[in-house]
Amino acid sequence: MSANFYVAPEQLMKDRAEYARKGIARGRALVAVEYAQGVIFASENPSGSLHKTSEIYDRIGFAAVGRYNEFESLRVAGIRLADVKGYQYAREDVSAKPLANAYSQALGASFMGDSKPFEVELLIAQVGGDGHRPEGEEGPQGPGLELYHILYDGSIVDEQRFVAIGGDTDPLTRSLEQRWERGLPRDRAVAVGVAALSEAAGRELTPDVLEVSGLDATRARRRFFRLRGDDLAAAIDA
Amino acid sequence: MTISDDRGWTGLSTPFDPQGSSFFETLRRMAPDAVPPVMATGSIPPELQAQLVEGTTVLAVVAHGGVVMAGDRRATAGNQISRGDMRKVFPADDSSAIAVSGAAGPAMELAKVFATELEHYEKVEGEPLSLEGRSTKLAGMVRAHLPMAMQGLVVVPLFAGVDRRTGEGRIFEYDPAGGRYVATEQAATGSGSLAARATLKRLADPDGDVETAVGTAVEALYDAAEEDSATGGPDLIRRIYPIVAVIDGGGYRELDSDEVATHVDTVVASRQR
Repeated sequence: MSANFYVAPEQLMKDRAEYARKGIARGRALVAVEYAQGVIFASENPSGSLHKTSEIYDRIGFAAVGRYNEFESLRVAGIRLADVKGYQYAREDVSAKPLANAYSQALGASFMGDSKPFEVELLIAQVGGDGHRPEGEEGPQGPGLELYHILYDGSIVDEQRFVAIGGDTDPLTRSLEQRWERGLPRDRAVAVGVAALSEAAGRELTPDVLEVSGLDATRARRRFFRLRGDDLAAAIDA
Repeated sequence: MTISDDRGWTGLSTPFDPQGSSFFETLRRMAPDAVPPVMATGSIPPELQAQLVEGTTVLAVVAHGGVVMAGDRRATAGNQISRGDMRKVFPADDSSAIAVSGAAGPAMELAKVFATELEHYEKVEGEPLSLEGRSTKLAGMVRAHLPMAMQGLVVVPLFAGVDRRTGEGRIFEYDPAGGRYVATEQAATGSGSLAARATLKRLADPDGDVETAVGTAVEALYDAAEEDSATGGPDLIRRIYPIVAVIDGGGYRELDSDEVATHVDTVVASRQR
């Protein structure tokens, strides 16, 4: 019979947090940048098919860093929740906040109760909320962006303007702080995000190693888009 | 890290679950109440039968590089006309459409679940289902509806789209038991389909352009409305015209009522004495 050794809760949390942080830091960081009509996600990702970002629902996008198998199952769970809700109620009733809360609860529960915590950080973005008016209507013209950053332990942060998630984000945040301004056009926002990633990586990132996607509030129904090939190259040069 | 249902991870499948990308199966697991009951007993009493809304004639015609789908606007309940502006043609996704005939409630529900199913698959898997795959999935959903069909709530869809490998329009027909049949040039379903088919057979030309196919579809619906009391003709007074959808290389689009009106006027003019 094995004896149960006492471990102080503080120590347990610290160990788990350190474990999760280490796992996340092994992967590459991701940035989200608000622009005039929406938000873009940019990250270094040499794979053209194993994505870090995804569409969840009409106005909601998902971005993640960390272990692929873990955030992939979280991504699918989010799509399921959104689709079932949208089917049972109405499409407009599916919003980012309850989804971000669900992720927060799930990661929090796993952090405390499972043999190992999730090694992921997530971003849930939504465009077209309050603060967005279609052209010609009264009110602010912004993208109406909500951006939730969910950490491995379930803590959740409501971000503004831009955010970097993943391992070493301080240089990215500093770089974005210098370059970002309100009301950027889409391609400029891509250029800003990629420039920050390149600076942090210490080398020029080319379109073939980048994954760039985003949400555009002005699109009809499904707002998620991906930028690839020539479109992406043109945006980076903007 | 374990993922189990008892911690609120409802609907998360095991890695090798072949139904993991299916919305219909997810709905069954996560919200069983939202799925029609699999077994029910007895048939619908006559007094209820008379109140059930039914929709009838829908059709599809293949054109060069695309396909046209159209449906009349009438809904009936018993011997009453219950609606004159019903929609029976729905976009399924960017490159296909579903049209429904039969019991209106379950039929529109089928179209909605099917469209959600396709979007769900695309989001989970990262790429859309093939046209063949979409048509097979629809067959399964019609088959799942069989217990309700046996009670009298029959739903028969029509599915059409452009195959992205070949760039050609294709039509799939169904029967109430979930049988799936490939139609080469044209197809129609619903009570007015007999009359519509006669016109479609005469006029359908798979090598013709989309515009001609739209004319054919409108004329076939007109003939169906003349022969079948449950099929509505174009309402020239209220300007309610058939819904006509075109699916081609550019995706799914519906003709606005002015465009349809032009075709309706041509048909009416050709028959006026």
